[in-house]
Amino acid sequence: MSVQAVTGATDVAAAILPKRGGFAGSLSDLLWRRPGLLLFLMLAPPLLWLGVVYIGSLIALLAQSFFSIDEFSGLISRELTLKTYGDLFQAANLDIIVRTVTMAALVTLASAVVAFPIAYYAARYARGKWKALFYLGVMLPLWSSYLVKIYAWKLILAKEGILTWLFAKLHLSWLLDSWLSLPVVGGNSLSVSFTGTFIVFVYVWLPFMILPIQAALERVPGNLVEASSDLGASPGQTFRNVLFPLALPGIVAGSIFTFSLTLGDYIIPQIIGTSRLFIGQAVYAQQGTAGNIPLAAAFTVVPIVIMGFYLWGAKRMGAFDAL
Amino acid sequence: MRSDRSQSAPRGLKIAAAAGLAFLHLPILLIFVYAFTTEEKSYQWPPPGLTTQWFAATWARPDVWQALGLSVQVAAISTAIALVLGTLCAAAVSQTRFFGREAISLLVILPIALPGIITGIALRSAFSLAEIPFSFWTIVLGHATFCVVVVYNNAVARFRRTSGSLIEASMDLGADGFQTFRHVILPNIGTALLAGGMLAFALSFDEVIVTTFTAGQQQTLPIWMLEELVRPRQRPVTNVVAMIVVLATLLPILAAYYLTREGDQIAGAGK
Repeated sequence: MSVQAVTGATDVAAAILPKRGGFAGSLSDLLWRRPGLLLFLMLAPPLLWLGVVYIGSLIALLAQSFFSIDEFSGLISRELTLKTYGDLFQAANLDIIVRTVTMAALVTLASAVVAFPIAYYAARYARGKWKALFYLGVMLPLWSSYLVKIYAWKLILAKEGILTWLFAKLHLSWLLDSWLSLPVVGGNSLSVSFTGTFIVFVYVWLPFMILPIQAALERVPGNLVEASSDLGASPGQTFRNVLFPLALPGIVAGSIFTFSLTLGDYIIPQIIGTSRLFIGQAVYAQQGTAGNIPLAAAFTVVPIVIMGFYLWGAKRMGAFDAL
Repeated sequence: MRSDRSQSAPRGLKIAAAAGLAFLHLPILLIFVYAFTTEEKSYQWPPPGLTTQWFAATWARPDVWQALGLSVQVAAISTAIALVLGTLCAAAVSQTRFFGREAISLLVILPIALPGIITGIALRSAFSLAEIPFSFWTIVLGHATFCVVVVYNNAVARFRRTSGSLIEASMDLGADGFQTFRHVILPNIGTALLAGGMLAFALSFDEVIVTTFTAGQQQTLPIWMLEELVRPRQRPVTNVVAMIVVLATLLPILAAYYLTREGDQIAGAGK
């Protein structure tokens, strides 16, 4: 449809119909004659909102990371400096960054492993009613309350909770105890250990991994898998050489979410985990109790930079087509 | 083309998929059991006894009602703003081609693509730089920003499937722009907007990370729950509230699903 054709149509209409009266009528005619004005009126409110409220805030935040805090008075001096970024690379803060990125990577790997069978079954075998059931089965946990999900795991992982009970019933308490006595991953109980933090992260972000993998697998023709096995490949070989490469963009797309969400979360490690901080908690502590907004702002630049590189890599792998 | 031969899945795959789904759902179901427990001081399993007394105790708590009221108001107003902004943006992006179209899609998605803590602290530092005190409207400001994308996604998907020739036909038949919007466009995108609005409401109703930065001393329901999680006062009341929140978010999600299920979200369902 070209613009000429459209204006031609209005000329004809104008020849037949009387000119519209009233304010609304002439406004409508004006907008029809000038699509640019209509486009401007449609785009102005959302762009003003997102541009001013959101982008404006982000710039305000980035600007603050170049301010610094006076160590003696505790006041923020509004002079541009890189001193705050120097503080960011102290050993204690680097520890926090490394810990968070490691956790994000492990959570991403584990989610991919757990998500794949669900996504594959839903994409290839589920039909009709089962398909809808699988879809809702992923959507409901995705949308149900984030805090309630964390709370549920606090109940499960508590020392007196259902998991300890289950291990005792199966006569496997020794296994749980020896796991908890391990240095880094262990702790007093699961709800105050990195293992607990890890399980909850995987649980909460899992639906974000299932949906893109399923979307990628939906596009794999079933006869491709059959052809592979007809040609003598074992199921393992089919998976490695056919399914996995085709699902990879979906996995990468899902990992954008699991990775980014883990990098920025501060509530899960606060409620289920040890006292050792993650990036999100460090940001929260710096801006709250410590009152060091420049350092908090500098900390938030870390996930932004990491995600920038991650998105760039993901785009090159074609992950955005799977979203 | 997909093979029509009906095959059954290998047993290992079935077990893994079922276990995955159980992992997703059992924890939430557990909340329902805990809402009836007689145990007050710990998270003991199995519950020593069952009771319904905590429902009455929760009903009598004014702080729960206040938090609930604030959450509903914030979610309603944020959803209304998001509906207007998201629909406008979706209409502009899907009906016309212009320079910077891709950038606008990115701009809309950015507030949920970046971790919530960044949105939260960015808003907070902007408020403090501009010396805006925390109020009801600072919460709404944050919520509406990330709700736009949900409405936008639903509306864009529907606009793509709505033929542009319908609008031209309406105009050719003499309707003005407003009549066309009222009688042609709105009925076509109505259910998509309703679905998007419900999801935006659920998103806002549940949001906690951005809200902790923009609420000041006010308590929305998620902030109330967070306080209870960090410093438990009356655990059984928290259990009951958690169960009610699960039920309250379940309904809009199911409704949104039925409103859009003819659409492209479940592509391949009937193949």
